[in-house]
Amino acid sequence: MTDSLDQIFVFVKHWLLDQLANVLPPAIMPLVSSVMSLLPVLVVFPSLFALTTVFERKGLGRIQNRYGPNRVGPFGFLQFAADGIKAIIKEDVVPRAADKVVHFIAPVILVITALTVYAVLPFGRNMVAADFDAGLLFFFAVGAASELAVFMAGWSSRNKYALLGAMRAVAQMVSYEIPLILSSVAVVMITGTLSLPKIVAAQSTHAGLLPDWFVFTPWGFAGFILFLIAANAELNRSPFDLPEGESEIIAGYFIEYSGFKFALFFLAEYLSMFALSGLGITLFLGGWNAPFAALEFIPSWAWFFIKLLTMIFMFIWTRGTLPRLRQDQLMNLAWKFMIPMVLVNLVAAAVWHFTGPGITRWFTSGALVLGAYMLLGKPQFESKDIGKRTYRFAD
Amino acid sequence: MTPLVGYLLLSAFLFAIGLAGALTRRNAIIVLIGIELMLNAANLNFIAFWRYGENPEVLTGIMFVIFAIAVAAAEAAVGLALIIAIYRHYKTTNLDEVNTLKG
Amino acid sequence: MTLPFAIIAILIIAAATAAMTLRNLIHSALAVAVSFGGLALAYLYLDAQFVGLTQILVYVGAVAILIVFAVLLTRGGEAPEKSVFSASWIWGLLITMSVFATLAWSVLHSFASQREPAEKVGATVKQIGDALMTKFVLPLEVIGLLLTAALIGAVIIAMRDESPKTKMEDGRSKMDKSSVPSSILHPPSSTGGRQ
Repeated sequence: MTDSLDQIFVFVKHWLLDQLANVLPPAIMPLVSSVMSLLPVLVVFPSLFALTTVFERKGLGRIQNRYGPNRVGPFGFLQFAADGIKAIIKEDVVPRAADKVVHFIAPVILVITALTVYAVLPFGRNMVAADFDAGLLFFFAVGAASELAVFMAGWSSRNKYALLGAMRAVAQMVSYEIPLILSSVAVVMITGTLSLPKIVAAQSTHAGLLPDWFVFTPWGFAGFILFLIAANAELNRSPFDLPEGESEIIAGYFIEYSGFKFALFFLAEYLSMFALSGLGITLFLGGWNAPFAALEFIPSWAWFFIKLLTMIFMFIWTRGTLPRLRQDQLMNLAWKFMIPMVLVNLVAAAVWHFTGPGITRWFTSGALVLGAYMLLGKPQFESKDIGKRTYRFAD
Repeated sequence: MTPLVGYLLLSAFLFAIGLAGALTRRNAIIVLIGIELMLNAANLNFIAFWRYGENPEVLTGIMFVIFAIAVAAAEAAVGLALIIAIYRHYKTTNLDEVNTLKG
Repeated sequence: MTLPFAIIAILIIAAATAAMTLRNLIHSALAVAVSFGGLALAYLYLDAQFVGLTQILVYVGAVAILIVFAVLLTRGGEAPEKSVFSASWIWGLLITMSVFATLAWSVLHSFASQREPAEKVGATVKQIGDALMTKFVLPLEVIGLLLTAALIGAVIIAMRDESPKTKMEDGRSKMDKSSVPSSILHPPSSTGGRQ
């Protein structure tokens, strides 16, 4: 029973494929199969986007001591429909000086790249659209293409704020891509594969109380934190939202976009947030595995989405809590803290791997990571001129 | 025509386009782009020969392309840094105007 | 000659031609990015998955961005009024045509034109990794050295010539004053929610 619930989508797909095989020529069946794997992605994640916008606004409202949207539908949960209708019926203004073609294709490329990366993410047991041998590389390669789209959007608008925002965004994304990739390389070193389903399979066992997720190892914990920070910066979300800092450069690279194209930028931003969260889950949080053997009756895809919602909540929480960084702080964090830390983390993962099972590897690997943090992080973050933060209104 | 010949002709044409750009354009950045295209044409040759060659399991073609991509990335970084340095000195990236050895 | 190959070939050739003929440098850079992407598709179609994805990561993700930055740093964002072709363009074109004629002639008369396609081969990431760590470990080390040297060299070449006075200041204030717009220097204190 639990097994059939776990595999229900796989069964449905095979049943539909069998039905279609009677009417369609066999030559196009592989194509039909991939389309049927990708269609749910095209439905599920944009609807998750719609829900997340409401959750984010409600959550931020709660954090900032205000109501958030509460007019449309029960508790304001239909706000996304109102927003969507507004975006579609608005006039699409293109600046006269803009480079029309580039201006048009930039958001399209952004959304396509954001959707393409889902092809390699495993959403559940046997649920991956394309099991590439080099799946992780595919994820980062397609993600890297979005940087060019961001630049195209900023440059083609012929607006100084847009160009400034695009340059900030590209510089930030290039800088934080290195820690993002290197923190994942530690996992690749341990598992010896770039295929994401195999990385999940490597975390499926249980050792005592804790599951064998990589986040429960010294290097994996440090890698997960570094991955989260780098992902936050890669997504241009607060506290790394300098490229679109409203109070400085209004909206950054998408300032000259209106109507539906503006909505596309938001869609792409949230889709990449889900994708990077999904990658973090796959690499460090055991993918679709249940945390305890007793909880395995809950289907694997449900575990994936539970973890995904937790990650999304963490992103919203971070956004509501931390103030924006300054440009020099941003670059210092990337080059003086993140990159040395991920390099040390690679060594820690190698030490973990070669020390062999036992308590010693916990100490050696943990001491490496902790020592590096003490040397690199502590002196930087304990700034002299910033006093202890005090609160006046909230307790 | 075998598939290998198709790829080799495509690569030769890409090389010719890159060469034409490098030889006929004024701007230093376009010249660099042309050189990158020529390098990529060579890479396509390596992959085509690896795929249709005698011993594909040896992976020499793949390895050569991986190293060539790394070298090309280094070349692009240094080349563009040189162009920026030239621009700072001559206030132009037009190669026809950069014709003195003495600054 | 199959349909996917024809599509990929047309994409590569059209994008490369556009990159070499367009007047606006940013358009050229974007077109060359498309051409690099087409080459990556060609590699994927030739079963070289790892190389194809590396091509996208390095060329579209890094080299194209570098080119675009260089164009903006040298104020090449607008198309020039004068001719974009050099004074000796006719010679360049002649040399190119003779080079292409030689290449095409030798390709068509080589052993390659008789060669029958091999059965499907593939290179898994594991095979590539094993080869890199055993047979090709020396080139790998040399590439590491080369990339480090290129990194340091590029920074030194592109670094601004500092007068002795500004050299006294620390790195942060140097960056603040010379290259960062003033809007970044005075960040507002609010977190600035989108709502």
